[in-house]
Amino acid sequence: MSPPVVSLDSVTKTYQSGEIEVRAVRGVSVDIQAGEFVALMGASGSGKSTLMNILGCLDRPTAGKYVLDGVDVSSLDRNARADIRNQKLGFVFQGFNLLSRTTALENVELPMLYSAERIRPKEMRERALRALDIVGLSDRADHHPSQLSGGQQQRVAIARSLVNQPQVLLADEPTGNLDSKTTVEVMGVFQRLNAEGITIIMVTHELDVAQFCKRNLILRDGLLVRDEKVENRPTAETVLARLALAEKEAALTES
Amino acid sequence: MRLTSTAVVAARALKRNTMRSILTALGIIIGVGAVIAMVSIGNGAKSQVEAQVASLGQNIITVFPGSTTTGGVRGGFGSSSTLTADDADAIAQEVPGIVAVSRSVRSREQVLANGQNWRPSIAGEDPEILDIRVWPLISGEMFTARDVASANKVCVIGQTIVDQLFDGEDPVGKTLRVGRIPVKILGVLSKKGFNYFGSDQDDTVILPYSTVMRRLGRPRTNISSITIQAASPELIAPIKLEIESLLSQRRNGREPDFMVRDQLELAETATATSKTMTVLLGAIAGVSLLVGGIGIMNIMLVSVTERTREIGIRLAVGAHGNDVLLQFLFEAVLLSVLGGGLGVALGIGASEIVANTLNWPVLISMPAIVIALSVSAMIGIFFGFYPARKAAMLDPIDALRYE
Repeated sequence: MSPPVVSLDSVTKTYQSGEIEVRAVRGVSVDIQAGEFVALMGASGSGKSTLMNILGCLDRPTAGKYVLDGVDVSSLDRNARADIRNQKLGFVFQGFNLLSRTTALENVELPMLYSAERIRPKEMRERALRALDIVGLSDRADHHPSQLSGGQQQRVAIARSLVNQPQVLLADEPTGNLDSKTTVEVMGVFQRLNAEGITIIMVTHELDVAQFCKRNLILRDGLLVRDEKVENRPTAETVLARLALAEKEAALTES
Repeated sequence: MRLTSTAVVAARALKRNTMRSILTALGIIIGVGAVIAMVSIGNGAKSQVEAQVASLGQNIITVFPGSTTTGGVRGGFGSSSTLTADDADAIAQEVPGIVAVSRSVRSREQVLANGQNWRPSIAGEDPEILDIRVWPLISGEMFTARDVASANKVCVIGQTIVDQLFDGEDPVGKTLRVGRIPVKILGVLSKKGFNYFGSDQDDTVILPYSTVMRRLGRPRTNISSITIQAASPELIAPIKLEIESLLSQRRNGREPDFMVRDQLELAETATATSKTMTVLLGAIAGVSLLVGGIGIMNIMLVSVTERTREIGIRLAVGAHGNDVLLQFLFEAVLLSVLGGGLGVALGIGASEIVANTLNWPVLISMPAIVIALSVSAMIGIFFGFYPARKAAMLDPIDALRYE
């Protein structure tokens, strides 16, 4: 078996909040293989956001080891972590976090501006358009975020996370701001990307959403308490079809 | 991130907030505009004064009689009556580096011609005075050294005399009565205008100095001053020293009763006022430039706070702290340099308006433009650095969470 893409070994994170020490993550060890689709679950305060920040190289573990794609990133400095984020990771956030008054295309181009190697503007444009095409939004390239629906904005954000061909796509509550139908649509995009071989780690507290993933990790009080494979995983298409049917029935009973 | 894309990102950010960018740059625009306009006006005044001083003649040294003390009463400069024509001859013969010397005797007499009378200043001089003062004749000719030697009753007259007494006729060859003696007019001087001190330089009759000394009024033995022209500006200082030692020697160690002045001193006094004015105006303008810089800093700080999330996103997708620093620094510098450019245009425009409407002499100074532009760029860097550093130091996690 090939080495895991993500390997956490007794990772802990302790914050100093005034006099009190907060032990947000107390020793998490987990391996995630290439091509997995993992949901990281837990109540608020369980340490899932902290763990996500460590996985995203936005934060460093207090102790323990984090190997990402063969590189020990637990002790890298600020700039080195920025380069790792740029090259190996893609981010999707709950609040979309697109630059306002900037076109979808320019938003998708953003990570390429900070690439270590120089990318010509023409190539940037082509790659950004390709990424938008993957999420089905190439016809909205010139739109500003305010002109797009929530689901479309999140798809632009997904395109942005894909544009540098990352090893791992990290999504932090990506459906938290979306209605149920759009949630399913976005999960469909993730499922499709995963089917094409992209590793996805996603934080969520909704069981419905976690059902679309292949593996669920459940955190409580900074510890990993359950690690289970999802049985009978629904596909987004069937759920959407079911929703459409339910809508139709509702319309019938109303009239 | 590459510099070019940083510049593009910064320019885009400014363009997104066009109105705010213009208002922010306004401080710099007005500051630079004020600097350029003020310095131009100050320089114009200075150059006008310099031109007036230059009209007195080139590289001129003047020897005046000094003060006398009679029974303990000190008479003040010019009260001594011991400067003589021989002193002037000695200077001309013994001091090297001198181009010309003219002995001067001043007086005031009523003059009469054509049944009109007038009271101009009367100057007794050597013929060299016209070369020394760069003062050509427009008609006739100058009296000669021979006229000086025999104290002939001849003169040349200034434009004002022609206007007052001859009413447009050609006065050359006519007779002018100066005091009690009739004097033949040999030539007419070109117009020189008012000098810096406000007196009309054309209101003058120039005769041989000997004629004034011996024939006009009470005969005298002393002269009013000696006008000397040095060969070059560098020679002025050594020639002054030579004259002082020569004249002291001629007075056998008595208390010096003369003083030697040169044109540079005069020019310095004359330009001192306008220099002070230029410095003062420049300082006021500089303060407004500083205020403009603080305005930029203020807006940049607001902008950094407002765009915390944007900074968080950039950091999250791989921007280094330096990329963010450069982006905001670029914005600040772009604002201040664009403001500086517009300010230069405004300053030049304002100077032109002043020149045309108020008829003030205005001299647009290239160094002032270069300095104003580089100062505004430095203001951008200086006042932009703190906000930019603040942005670069943000923690991406906190920045992304910022509401």
